[in-house]
Amino acid sequence: MTQLMPALRLEGIVKTFPGVKALDQVSFTVMPGEVHALMGENGAGKSTLMKVLGGLYQPDEGSIFVGENAVSMSNPIDAKKKGIVFIHQELSLAEELSVAENVYLGELPQKSFGRVDWEALYKKTDDILARLKVRFKADTRVADLSIANQQMVEIARALTVDAKAVIFDEPTASLTDAEKRVLFDVIEDLKSQGVGIVYISHRMEEIFKMTDRVSVLRDGQYQGTLLTAETTEENITQMMIGRKLDLSRAIVEHDLGEIAIEVKNLSCGSSYKDVSFHVRCGEVLGFYGLVGAGRTEIAETLFGLRQPSSGSILLDGKEIHIRSPAIAIKEGISLVPEDRKSQGLVLGMNCRDNMTLPQVTDMTAGPFVSDGAEIALFDLYRDRLDIRTPGWQQAVGNLSGGNQQKIVIGKWLSMHPRVLIVDEPTRGIDVGSKSEIHKLIRELAATGYAIIVISSEMPEILHVSDRIVAMYSGEIIQTFSSEEVTEDKLIQAISGIKPKNTEISSAPA
Amino acid sequence: MNSINVKRHLSSSAIWIFIVFELIFFSVVGSFLSITDSAFMDTSNMLLLLKQSAPIGIIAVGMTLIMVNGNIDLSVGAVFAIAGIILLDSMSWAVFSGLGDWVIPVSWALALTAGALLGALNGLIVWKTGVDAFIVTLGSMLGYRGLVFMFNGENPTSNLNWTLVDFAEAQFLGFHTATWFLAMTVLVVWLITRYTVHGRNAYAIGNNREAAVNAGIRVGPHMLINFTIIGFLAALSAVVFYSESGSVNPNDGQLYELWVITAVVLGGTKLAGGSGSIIGTLGGVLAIQLLRKGLGYIGADTSTVNLAIGLILIVVLYIDRQINVKGAQELKV
Repeated sequence: MTQLMPALRLEGIVKTFPGVKALDQVSFTVMPGEVHALMGENGAGKSTLMKVLGGLYQPDEGSIFVGENAVSMSNPIDAKKKGIVFIHQELSLAEELSVAENVYLGELPQKSFGRVDWEALYKKTDDILARLKVRFKADTRVADLSIANQQMVEIARALTVDAKAVIFDEPTASLTDAEKRVLFDVIEDLKSQGVGIVYISHRMEEIFKMTDRVSVLRDGQYQGTLLTAETTEENITQMMIGRKLDLSRAIVEHDLGEIAIEVKNLSCGSSYKDVSFHVRCGEVLGFYGLVGAGRTEIAETLFGLRQPSSGSILLDGKEIHIRSPAIAIKEGISLVPEDRKSQGLVLGMNCRDNMTLPQVTDMTAGPFVSDGAEIALFDLYRDRLDIRTPGWQQAVGNLSGGNQQKIVIGKWLSMHPRVLIVDEPTRGIDVGSKSEIHKLIRELAATGYAIIVISSEMPEILHVSDRIVAMYSGEIIQTFSSEEVTEDKLIQAISGIKPKNTEISSAPA
Repeated sequence: MNSINVKRHLSSSAIWIFIVFELIFFSVVGSFLSITDSAFMDTSNMLLLLKQSAPIGIIAVGMTLIMVNGNIDLSVGAVFAIAGIILLDSMSWAVFSGLGDWVIPVSWALALTAGALLGALNGLIVWKTGVDAFIVTLGSMLGYRGLVFMFNGENPTSNLNWTLVDFAEAQFLGFHTATWFLAMTVLVVWLITRYTVHGRNAYAIGNNREAAVNAGIRVGPHMLINFTIIGFLAALSAVVFYSESGSVNPNDGQLYELWVITAVVLGGTKLAGGSGSIIGTLGGVLAIQLLRKGLGYIGADTSTVNLAIGLILIVVLYIDRQINVKGAQELKV
């Protein structure tokens, strides 16, 4: 056996942010012609590591080697020049330009007087496309390609340099099964050409199908590397979770009431299909799954932002048609959206105006808005939710994330809804406020609200939910009660592995 | 926190500081360069300035509402001309011949209704088609102007009613009729933006349309209302102006949309929407009028005036951007 030089080698990478050690002594090695999976929960440090490789962060300690050379990157373009190329989940292509222009964007071959050398451009691009065995030509307009083929353009971009290591970040997130097979073929090809590949994915089946070795990160620490052929899903899952989590709830159990909202066989285009579930008064139903699994789309349907293609929604046993958010609000369904700043708050307005936004129409004295009624309402919910702000006049953009989220929650509570949907309740919120929000959700359930919580964070979903729905690419794989759920069951379900016995524990009573 | 508030005050009162600067500058420089004997800040000169600010000012107040809401209206100049024609022409219609001077309120009402309807048509198209307001009103700007020329070709439409002229030229407490109309418009629309549900929602829609929709606000009707208001105000501006002049040239009101938008932007309203104030717009209107008058006073010709206003617009917006970018960075810390 010959001693091969690794394509990419990381040694003792440390990256600290104020208060957090995001990466702690991370080392791993990718050989040429190897597909190396990198796994870890959200927040385990994968994306920080990628940013270090891409030169967006400089490591505090440790070194990176490409081949035998120690390198340091100042930005992704620099990284590409040094042989490390990224294929991101999200495409960044100029859609109106041709494939060739996109592949060589920023480095178009030139003739005299700055004229583009189209002949050379198309020739070079077609050579790369031939390597990828794709059917489209260099002069095709990118907008005319399918998503999968657009991803091929991204990959072609990577091949304009002599790439030593190509990093795929959740490459299959938006691909169909057939498109995935094409992608996997390309990865096999790259592999046979001696490129080292880092493959980041949450999907176990892909990991076992595609990769040679698996490295696991947890809480910024390198947990070890396994040969994929010699390990099992349980092993990997165990390494990813590791710690024992505090699953105790902050609140005493209470009796559940009637079914508040029930969804039957709801489908919406390609976003999700045949989804059924129900939530009782006083119950928190958690939705867990990967980004793009269809959770947010279900929430948007219940709130009237999307129309289902089939199926029905029943509120208190009566079928309702939610054609717009205004109707959802009138029926008593509220949504705390995923992205607080772009979907939940009007950042240029003050705290009070944000809180009263949906009901200011009803708070008038004569033709004018009644200041007194508004302030009274704001004060009530400021005290009830313990919102810390110097006063109602404060621009909402100046508050901390936790307090902003409380404003959004207060906005809906003040309307006395029946059903409260909270999408990513604590995204971008510090740890202290997180537990406050969790406690608040449990308390609201105890007072009789029917609550749906969507989260990508496992500890959170385990902490707040009475039952948990696990979703994978638009389908509900399984519904767990809080007694039966475990972390590895949940991870397997959201990776698309169906339970062995198909008994679903959530048939409405 | 404190420095943010200071900056906010600085940025909202910038236009008024600029106006004070203009007054001092033209008074001092004017005392050396002016060809006339009277001082720049002479009372009658200032009263005249307010009166001359009215036609652009009344429309600019409406444009502020439109732009805060996240839209724009390029058709105001054409609506201005149409309303002027309707006002003057309808006074000589045979059906109204028995009314005597009572024809005046009838003609006013006709012109104002026409303006409101033309504005509402814009709003309805923006609402129902979802096409950008810039494109819709670019189309209606051309279309409405076409109507003006279809009516009387290249010829002016004239009708001098001396009762009306007397009314338009009257001064109450020293201020001209036009100034009073400007003041009333500012007051009413200020109340709308500041204290009504419609005003509140218009800001919310312009600031973050998605969040507004998520709060159950119906975006379309608010836009329709705003376009109706600006149509009405464009007509009001015409009614006030042509009551005095008595003659509409088919090219009248051209480039008004650009002067109006310039004034609104100078007054601190963001093109992107969600931020701006009626009082700021009033400042923008007065600043432009002062500049025109002041430069004329010290002997500059019209082309110099336009060059100066263009430069100042860019400089003011550059300063505004510097202030706001620095503020935004501070918020992140």
